Amino acid sequence: MQRGFFGQVVNGIWKENPTFVLVVGLCPTLACTTTLQNGIGMALAASFVLIFSNLLISLLRKATPSEVRMPIFIAVIATFTTVIDNFLAGYFRDLHVALSIFIPLIVVNCIIMARAEMFASKNPPLLSIADGIGIGLGFLLALTIISSIREVTGACKLWNLQLFDLKANEHIFKPILFMSLPPGAFLLIASLLGVFQWGRIRKARKKTVCLACEKEAFVQALYEEKMAIAKEKRAKETAGGEGE
Amino acid sequence: MGDLITILITVVFVKNFVLAQFLGLCPFIGVSKKTDTALGMGMAVVFVMVLASIVCWLVHLFLLAPSESNLVYQIARLFGSTAPVTSFNYVLVLRTISYIIVIAVLVQFVEMFIKKSSPPLYDALGIYLPLITTNCALLGVVVLNSQDFFLNSGEGAPVALSLPKAIVQGFGGGAGFMLAMLLMSGIRERLESAQIPESLKGVPSAFVCTSCMALAFGGFSGIV
Repeated sequence: MQRGFFGQVVNGIWKENPTFVLVVGLCPTLACTTTLQNGIGMALAASFVLIFSNLLISLLRKATPSEVRMPIFIAVIATFTTVIDNFLAGYFRDLHVALSIFIPLIVVNCIIMARAEMFASKNPPLLSIADGIGIGLGFLLALTIISSIREVTGACKLWNLQLFDLKANEHIFKPILFMSLPPGAFLLIASLLGVFQWGRIRKARKKTVCLACEKEAFVQALYEEKMAIAKEKRAKETAGGEGE
Repeated sequence: MGDLITILITVVFVKNFVLAQFLGLCPFIGVSKKTDTALGMGMAVVFVMVLASIVCWLVHLFLLAPSESNLVYQIARLFGSTAPVTSFNYVLVLRTISYIIVIAVLVQFVEMFIKKSSPPLYDALGIYLPLITTNCALLGVVVLNSQDFFLNSGEGAPVALSLPKAIVQGFGGGAGFMLAMLLMSGIRERLESAQIPESLKGVPSAFVCTSCMALAFGGFSGIV
């Protein structure tokens, strides 16, 4: 199925959302989402690597022998990961410390490997960039949702800013420490995936209903067609009868 | 010795790779449907992790670290260079790329070696080995090793006993991964026959169980 540049971007954000639909690259999704800052930083770093490795792999797709494509993909991805690692170490020290080992681990992020294998090695450069942007934005969307939920419920903060006075409103809301710990992350991703699966099942059901409607319409059309033919036949017969 | 035991217990129970550090989640969810496959994958991970810890430690010491033992520095001195050791800092930039290449080559070699030398072992582990290259737990453990035992010590020289420590961390990481996989596969085999709402079937229900397991493992947090 051929899509345009824009269609490919939208496809990555919604239809093939890496976290909620494809369910790949879960390690950074859960590990780097204790605060919104970390989540967005991780998503942007991964998107950078994704877009540029998609571009390079797509440019190299005709020169790559298929037996050694995996090592080549890994080398390309590792190069861009090193670039972003050093960039963050130079300009965003705090973020680099907070994400720590998950920046080098972008190399083995399933999202990037999967897109290189499934898309970039088979499609022209412009489309591959579009795919990188789309999947990157989809990842950003997912991490933004997860990290803002975790930060608000876990620490009552957003973008490191206190939302309201904790002491004064103690009887209304207390930060749930559980949400910023690993078990909370697992439970949150489970419920989000559950919501998406529920949506898909509902949509599929609606579709079958629609299919039923379509079937009905089809039967109706068929019936009408038959009626028309029969009418014609009768008309002919009567005409023939008159002729005799 | 005490240090090694502390590292082992920390990395298996307190900071379990899957349940506390979120490393290697993809195989954890993907390969934990049956106990047999979980055991095979777990054993393959333990085996390769120990090997990778050793090899990457050697790579770090002799190629990456800006210390006296750096081979590049020694060769440069042999040819009459007078540059100080600290000027070899820039080699550290190649850390990620050299680790991942070492791991990819190592996994390939292990696969070939096992295939030749012990067919029963190959039958047990063979199909999991190609999956391991892109397992983030594996790259995770060597990056952690280099951070804990080289970079955090300051000058780039290894901390005392760093090779045994790296091996223990690799073994413990793999063992913790295997433990989590085995527990999970047991739960998921039971879960097959349970009545779950349709929208939570499959991955979401697996994550709910993981959450409970992580909560249980959180109880170990005070012991070290």
